[in-house]
Amino acid sequence: MNAPLIGARIERKEDYRFLTGAGQYTDDVELPRQSYAAFVRSPHAHAKIRKISLDKARQAPGFIAAYTGEDFAAAKLGGLPCGWLITDVNGQPMKEPPHPCLAQGKVRYVGDQVAIVVAETSEQARDAAERVNVDYEVLPAVVDGSKARAKGAPQLHDIAPDNTCYVWALGDKAVTDAAFAKAAHVTKLDFINNRLIPNALEPRVANGSYSRADDSYTLYVASQNPHVERLLMTAFVMGLPEHKVRVVAGDVGGGFGSKIYLYAEDVAVTWASKQVNRPVKWTSDRSEAFLSDAHGRDHHTVAELALDKDGKFLAMRVKTTANVGAYLSTFASCVPTILYATLLAGQYKTPVIHCEVTAVFTNTTPVDAYRGAGRPEATYVVERLVETAAREMKIDPAEIRRRNFITAFPYQTPVALMYDIGDYNATMDAAQKLADVSGFSKRKEQSIKNGKLRGLGYAAYIEACGIAPSAVAGSLGARAGLFEAGEVRVHPTGSVTVFTGSHSHGQGHETTFAQVVADRLGMPIENVDIVHGDTSKILFGMGTYGSRSIAVGGTAIVKALDKVIAKGKKIAAHLMEAAEADVEYDRGVYTVKGTDKKKMFGEVAFAAYVPHNYPHDKLEPGLNENAFYDPSNFTFPAGTYVCEVEVDPETGVVRIEKFTAVDDFGKIINPMIVEGQVHGGLTQGIGQALTEGCRYDDATGQLLTGSFMDYCIPRATDVPSYQVDTRETPCTHNPLGVKGCGEAGAIGAPAALMNAITDALGVTDMPMPATPQTVWRTLQNKKAA
Amino acid sequence: MHAFKYHRPSSLNDAAALMKGDAKLLAGGQTLVQTMKLRLASPSDIVDLGTIKDLAGIKSDGKSVTVGAMTRHADVAHSADVNKAIPALAALAAMIGDRQVRAMGTIGGSLANNDPAADYPAAVLALNATITTNKGKHEADKFFKGMFTTALGAGEIITAVSFQVPKRAAYMKFKNPASRFAIVGVFVADFGGSVRVAVTGAGPVVFRQAEMEKALAAKFAPESVANIKVKQDGLNSDMHASAEYRAHLVTVMARRAVQAALK
Ligand SMILES: Cc1cc2nc3c(=O)[nH]c(=O)nc-3n(C[C@H](O)[C@H](O)[C@H](O)COP(=O)(O)OP(=O)(O)OC[C@H]3O[C@@H](n4cnc5c(N)ncnc54)[C@H](O)[C@@H]3O)c2cc1C
Repeated sequence: MNAPLIGARIERKEDYRFLTGAGQYTDDVELPRQSYAAFVRSPHAHAKIRKISLDKARQAPGFIAAYTGEDFAAAKLGGLPCGWLITDVNGQPMKEPPHPCLAQGKVRYVGDQVAIVVAETSEQARDAAERVNVDYEVLPAVVDGSKARAKGAPQLHDIAPDNTCYVWALGDKAVTDAAFAKAAHVTKLDFINNRLIPNALEPRVANGSYSRADDSYTLYVASQNPHVERLLMTAFVMGLPEHKVRVVAGDVGGGFGSKIYLYAEDVAVTWASKQVNRPVKWTSDRSEAFLSDAHGRDHHTVAELALDKDGKFLAMRVKTTANVGAYLSTFASCVPTILYATLLAGQYKTPVIHCEVTAVFTNTTPVDAYRGAGRPEATYVVERLVETAAREMKIDPAEIRRRNFITAFPYQTPVALMYDIGDYNATMDAAQKLADVSGFSKRKEQSIKNGKLRGLGYAAYIEACGIAPSAVAGSLGARAGLFEAGEVRVHPTGSVTVFTGSHSHGQGHETTFAQVVADRLGMPIENVDIVHGDTSKILFGMGTYGSRSIAVGGTAIVKALDKVIAKGKKIAAHLMEAAEADVEYDRGVYTVKGTDKKKMFGEVAFAAYVPHNYPHDKLEPGLNENAFYDPSNFTFPAGTYVCEVEVDPETGVVRIEKFTAVDDFGKIINPMIVEGQVHGGLTQGIGQALTEGCRYDDATGQLLTGSFMDYCIPRATDVPSYQVDTRETPCTHNPLGVKGCGEAGAIGAPAALMNAITDALGVTDMPMPATPQTVWRTLQNKKAA
Repeated sequence: MHAFKYHRPSSLNDAAALMKGDAKLLAGGQTLVQTMKLRLASPSDIVDLGTIKDLAGIKSDGKSVTVGAMTRHADVAHSADVNKAIPALAALAAMIGDRQVRAMGTIGGSLANNDPAADYPAAVLALNATITTNKGKHEADKFFKGMFTTALGAGEIITAVSFQVPKRAAYMKFKNPASRFAIVGVFVADFGGSVRVAVTGAGPVVFRQAEMEKALAAKFAPESVANIKVKQDGLNSDMHASAEYRAHLVTVMARRAVQAALK
């Protein structure tokens, strides 16, 4: 038996492959007779298409074919579906305007797909695409969600009057209003949660290939969930049987949500591959990625917190306008509702909460889940309110949180969720200590001496991960289940291949999942390989997002392992001539109670495949089990972040002096991988608060931040050396006790950082991102006031 | 990228002869190749200066430092001669872009391109440099004509830049958070008696700040410029920095540059 692997800092199995350039990304897939696609995209935010002329493109060198929306309509290809039905305050279904793969008569955002051009090389495809002549009648555009419902605003879709997708609400409004009427203090904030552009390192790629031999398709695609991609594409768009379509998502270089969705390009290359009878590959360039990858966030929110005279929270009232962009992307509808309003209790005993969300269409890139998805927005609301209330009431911001922390579990929030477990004081205590909060005032004095400002801010976040109990999701409008599948294939000589429906695109599942399996089977981690990302190999999968992989995908594997071990027990009992009830198992060793008899797991596996001495009357040979796992509840990672900044008042530059994160992710399988996830999440959260702000031109609807020249994702020098630690309250409803860690950093960081900056500046609020100019402007306004 | 013809001339004359029609010179490619990849430029011919001898290199004689047109930013940043004679120039080169850009980008390319937010123009103007080409010489004060335009004639090739060695100098750069080009960069050079202050990033083209030069010539001290209010008129205004903010930063950066020069 080997040393325990759960909790071990094991170096990632996949690193050798990635660091030596041996990864196989979708763009690395070159098929025989490969052809290449380029897309003609709308240069206008809103326009009617009068005419498309392909004549010149057809004469371009290397041209193979070009298709427009007319061809797609003639082929009866459906539009891109939305996976979640939201029912509005009047009991009506949300407005779901058609989302064609290629524009049908109208374009609705800069970057909207108009035509696909296929050629012999990628450059030739681009050259030919440049020669496609589109005659547009430009229409006025609206890009700001707050203006989408204004009188006279340009209308995007006939079926969605006032550009409104839905008005949705959660909570009891009358009771909430009554609590506000009795409050000793009300804190109110009005802010924008800025739109973000995801920017995975690897841009999107799709390579569709049709085989006449068996009338089947293979789509290689940079995706976070190949089975979901296949399901949506076959059942909803192309009308194909699933067994004729294979989707492969090999190595994927980051997703952050942006690769969950079924995109028009994926459908277009797959369909085109049959028309031209050759594989068709499209690789997004960075400029296209800025325009066409689903964006994140973009809320305008007015939020209020009612408190009694001691700073106890009485009620919360939140009104949000969510800009979903020009069309509904795959999960766009559930992000600002189900994944947002349900988190507004935070870590607190706020007894009543009401939240109303209006989702609007605008002439912008569709918005969907981006690392955290709804939960960063919720945390921002709660934690900016709480910190501001503390300052207004002159209560220490940590103290006001402690007064309101939930301390008894399970806890039913007023916004639908049931927290199973947590210890919010423990993470707060640890964070305060690690951040040396008590030394802050001394450090502040020093900063002031140097002509600088210094501030400290907290964020005590919570998130709902391990998405999701399918029945709950279904009752809330999900059009799919959210379970996961796993398969454990034990080979005759005892090594193991595990197939998982989770997908790794940077998370390190090949290591973490292998640790779980090797630990349970008492074998070296080298004996276990994890396979993911191919619908022809894997039973089924709902994919990776919402920090669900270890909690749901990992549990499915554990369930399959349980079956393997149970079958092994029967075999071992037979081999040791003992009653099954007397056989015990511990990490790779079967023993008979009260004797010194034992069989190693490897011996049992061998017996299963070479069944000479085998209970054939009771058991089939072989050792290969699978399991589907549907969680009974969400998991609730939570923690406290403390951020300390120094601001140069002359220039407005903010420097993060310290960033401390203490998280409770339940049981931790590999602390090193968890730290990496936290570092990445924090950096993305800091990006949102400090550097990243997607901007459109109000008049023309052009994307102003269309490249890294203007859109600033944080560099290493923008972030501090993080101080991270964890506390553990194991999840109560999955066998590993795990909760998930992928999004926490991005969820908690913006509020902590903005709380620190507003503290330094001595202002109530200021917009994200806190760029030097914005900070400087805020200080000028304060001086003038 | 559109297709083009690629040439590797071995002499300046051959290079000049190839500069016909839509032909473009290629130095480090850090601007040109990007614009070609974005399909914003599609030259018919690319004339690579990389194979011409003697275009790269640094010479210093105590009074001036001469940098060959094909000298990479990294080589200027690390040059012992430059660090000794004009440390501010080496520091400026070290602030351009990132390692990859500095390993490829050249001084000739930067000056020919004359990006309003580029760094070298500030040094060239403040250090009263002379730009030598295959056709003759240009004074710094007459070289930078406007946004992306210079005194270079069609097909004219920069061969070297000679900087005058100041008594002391410093460059302060306020970086655009996204691109890391200069939102405002101020180069202050004290020649003992006369002072030159050049500002890049703030306007459509690098310019000298006469009021600051005068005040610093009278007394080379931070307080001489600390209260000089720069006019916003004619300054750049974009989403990263309004003209008002840029004007404010010119003063702050100038004061900090003087402080640094005195260290
Ligand atoms: C990511 C990134 C960040 C950057 N950051 C900065 C920064 O912070 N500050 C800064 O100043 N710059 C920055 N740059 C620009 C960089 O310094 C470039 O190197 C420079 O602008 C152009 O030099 P080059 O040698 O690459 O020229 P090229 O791109 O090869 O050429 C540029 C232009 O100059 C012409 N040309 C080149 N050499 C000559 C010559 N000898 N005579 C006449 N014409 C010539 C070319 O024909 C072309 O039109 C950045 C670039 C990148 C890609």
